[in-house]
Amino acid sequence: MPKPEYLHFFVDPNRCIGCQACVQACTECDTHRGDSMIHLEFIERSRSVQTVPVICMHCEQPTCAEVCPADAIKRTGDGVVQSARKPRCIACGNCVVACPFGVPEVYEDRQIMMKCDMCYDRTSVGKKPMCATVCPSQALFFGTREQVEQLRPMSTPINRFQFGAQVVTTRVFMMVPRALASVSPLADVTAAMHDEPRERAVTLRVLTADATQPATDSANDGGDPFADVTV
Amino acid sequence: MATLPLDELKIIEGFGPHLSAMTGVRLSTSVEPDRLVKTHCCFCGQQCGIQLKVKDNQVIGFEPWEEFPFNRGMLCPKGVKRYLQGAHPDRLTTALRRDPASPHGFSPLPYDEAIRTVASAIDRIQSAHGRHAIGVLSGASLTTEKTYLLGKFARMCLRTPYIDYNGRLCMVSAGAANKKAFGIDRTTNPWSDMVGTDVIWVAGSNVAECSPITTNYLWQAREQGARIIVQDPRITPAARTCDLFLPVKPGRDAALFAGVLQLMIEHNWLDHSFINTHTTGFDQVAAYCREWTPARTADVTGVPERSIRRAAELWGTAKSSFLFHARGIEHHSNGVQNSLGTINLVLASGRIGRPKSGYGTIVGQANGQGGREHGQKCDQLPGWRDISNPEHRKYITRVWGMDEADLPGPGVDAYEMFRKIDAGEIKGLLSICFNPKVSLPDSTFITRCLEKLEFFTSIDFFLNDTARHADIVLPGSLHEEDEGTVTQVECRVIKINKAVDCPGAARPDWRIIQDVASALGRPTGFTFTSPREIFDELRIASKGGVADYSGITYEKLERQMGVFWPCYSDDPETGRPVDHPGTPRLFEPGSYNPIARGAGPFYFPDGKARFNVAEYRPPVDDASDDYPLFLTTGRVVSQFLSGTQTRRIGPLVKQYPEPRIEIHPRLASKVGIADGDWAIAETRRGSITLRAMVVTTIRPDTVFIPYHWAGPKSVNRLTVAAQDPISRIPQYKVCGCRVRKADGPPAYAATLEPQQ
Repeated sequence: MPKPEYLHFFVDPNRCIGCQACVQACTECDTHRGDSMIHLEFIERSRSVQTVPVICMHCEQPTCAEVCPADAIKRTGDGVVQSARKPRCIACGNCVVACPFGVPEVYEDRQIMMKCDMCYDRTSVGKKPMCATVCPSQALFFGTREQVEQLRPMSTPINRFQFGAQVVTTRVFMMVPRALASVSPLADVTAAMHDEPRERAVTLRVLTADATQPATDSANDGGDPFADVTV
Repeated sequence: MATLPLDELKIIEGFGPHLSAMTGVRLSTSVEPDRLVKTHCCFCGQQCGIQLKVKDNQVIGFEPWEEFPFNRGMLCPKGVKRYLQGAHPDRLTTALRRDPASPHGFSPLPYDEAIRTVASAIDRIQSAHGRHAIGVLSGASLTTEKTYLLGKFARMCLRTPYIDYNGRLCMVSAGAANKKAFGIDRTTNPWSDMVGTDVIWVAGSNVAECSPITTNYLWQAREQGARIIVQDPRITPAARTCDLFLPVKPGRDAALFAGVLQLMIEHNWLDHSFINTHTTGFDQVAAYCREWTPARTADVTGVPERSIRRAAELWGTAKSSFLFHARGIEHHSNGVQNSLGTINLVLASGRIGRPKSGYGTIVGQANGQGGREHGQKCDQLPGWRDISNPEHRKYITRVWGMDEADLPGPGVDAYEMFRKIDAGEIKGLLSICFNPKVSLPDSTFITRCLEKLEFFTSIDFFLNDTARHADIVLPGSLHEEDEGTVTQVECRVIKINKAVDCPGAARPDWRIIQDVASALGRPTGFTFTSPREIFDELRIASKGGVADYSGITYEKLERQMGVFWPCYSDDPETGRPVDHPGTPRLFEPGSYNPIARGAGPFYFPDGKARFNVAEYRPPVDDASDDYPLFLTTGRVVSQFLSGTQTRRIGPLVKQYPEPRIEIHPRLASKVGIADGDWAIAETRRGSITLRAMVVTTIRPDTVFIPYHWAGPKSVNRLTVAAQDPISRIPQYKVCGCRVRKADGPPAYAATLEPQQ
């Protein structure tokens, strides 16, 4: 049974609290118990508590599959990019190097690449993925477009990402502040890599250059809130 | 004799903490569980619903419980991995006695013999030194049934005044403030009321790490237009994106609330009609606040004046609001005043007792709420009754079937009990669900007291750090091995269901207590055959008290997925039997309660809430020339309290293995410490050596160390035993401190694993 077409995966880094419930819960999934197929990134812990859960984005044209010399990575009819097929995978790691989001991992002990398959065992029977079910901040949300529009009026989903010359369209959506998304519906990831994280940030700075002005609304927004503290 | 039987390393070798892992059936992808048991997490006060997968009397995993209304399937990493505490290599499956000749310091003995040994030691000490020479320490992670039974056991069986519990380190400042202001101690609204409110003020609560499920409510409220104010010395995940961050200097919270209220008064951002109709005492509070000008408030609190003004405006002009606080403002020698300061802001705004407007205290422990209501507190009897009140004493002794003259009076707080051990007044101790050697401040003193005990017995499922001092250890029950009720953060009483049987000679805790009573030859009142029977007596004992559970049944709990107390068996207005659904929201206009009897919505005879002057006092052992920094302590999301359980769960230990000293780069460069260096934190009590974590997300004059670790890694070797004069909560959140770079790794680094 395929994943229902009307259900989508939304990632909202603005909500993420870095608790790793998603990573811990992923190790409980029945198809790969003991191993997490997802991970949590600290953007730069020395400067910020901002974290992002990294799940497979399930690209329309998966780079991992395109670079696979053994043709081991398949995409299901409903758009889910799966772990490498056992008899084909040669554990070469091309996919690991090529994936723009840093998702696939080669398990040396088993000589195979494994990655997030959007909890296919759960989603294909109408359940939510384990990580999105437990996520206490709902930074990982699984539901309909209508639900997201109703529950998240401050942000909007985008699914196009630019990495240098490559533009990638994904099945998984990233939530970005609505005001910024209207300026550019495409996240320039390479450009954003030069951004410095700030201690406090009301908005995410992953969109193109002219949209990086944070929405300032409070008295102590922006700069270092501890600027006046003497040591 | 309660000295350690052997070198601590030898005890650790035998009894852990060792790490559990996903192995065997817990790793298999083909094993189907026999059944799913709907119950709750064993850790924090949120009490998330969870389904445990059970196979052959073992919990082998979990499945989210998406129908439970509070968390709808959501869990933090502790909840996800909680099941790995079962079938653990460190699990105590027999009684133990102290035995310096055995390789790990303890040897097994038959359960009945252990009970007899405990009873004869209690009897001997009480015969020689009087009944008060025995003390009982209990805890707020126990079910309400067990907390009720322990209160009864201390007063009726042992007839000692000395019982207190680890909620003393947790909820008592909030509880005392609530009683003073509202006449009732609980959160006023269900959490769902947060969504749709104008402003939420989070005072001293790192919700992301300490109560993660609350984050979704917070974020959902923000999506629907709420402005979020966060008051904290650290940029917590909630503070990172909040609308207004108040970077308060540790220990200055009451000053901040007074300064904000003063601005509300100046700008007339007050609900005069509410203040006049429903409160008393505003004028005294206003007079006190007059001296708290914005400039002075900024100077004392370290919060910029413009932020204080912005806070007053956001809070003052809101149409609806929610304020909640936690240990950040409560763990202070001024904790009750700090809590009263928040309540004054709420009462001045008039925004309480209606949908989308309320006030809440976030409880820390599983049964932080229920555990503080039914008599394991030193001055309390069931139903939030007062042990000094003659009417209350009469009622409870009638329920218990004992002579009122035999019921002891009030005891002392848990820390004071240790001072009484030190003074030789308390000579024997029975402890359950409490690990004071790790969790109490100035723990070197606590260790010294434990060593002075003539007899110490501990009921536990793992040999925790304190139990290593015990003469006899009785093997108790894990959360999933017994049934009962707890009351979670919203004051929703919920049902804990049993998933598996106790292993080996281990017993449900309430049976152990009753076995001791029986061996003492004092079984009367301790012959319950199930938690349900205990609960049924508790319902009667709580009836007519403020925390009235009389209308709650196990069936109603299952049917409604929880019941908010008060829940009456007889309508308080008419006295006629009623099928009461519970009280999700307090203080609604026109609501009736048995104290005010229709005079008003608050739980005082006149039905009015009380403003209380919430005075700022500087912390005890404040930062000074010798110790110029503020030391503050708290949690990380993957660990819980003293770590007895979570330091034994492999994946949780891996997530955050050891405590670190969190410092700002400006401080780090001044003292020459780089990220990852070994550093020494020192206070007037002692010093500990940990690795430094250099981050810009903390006040540069403040040092943070999480408190879940033991021995040489325990921050409570540094904290100060100063206590609030009313609530007796210790001042964990601030004391004077200094840091310097260590010459090299500490000795323990070569011998102890991260969790040990």
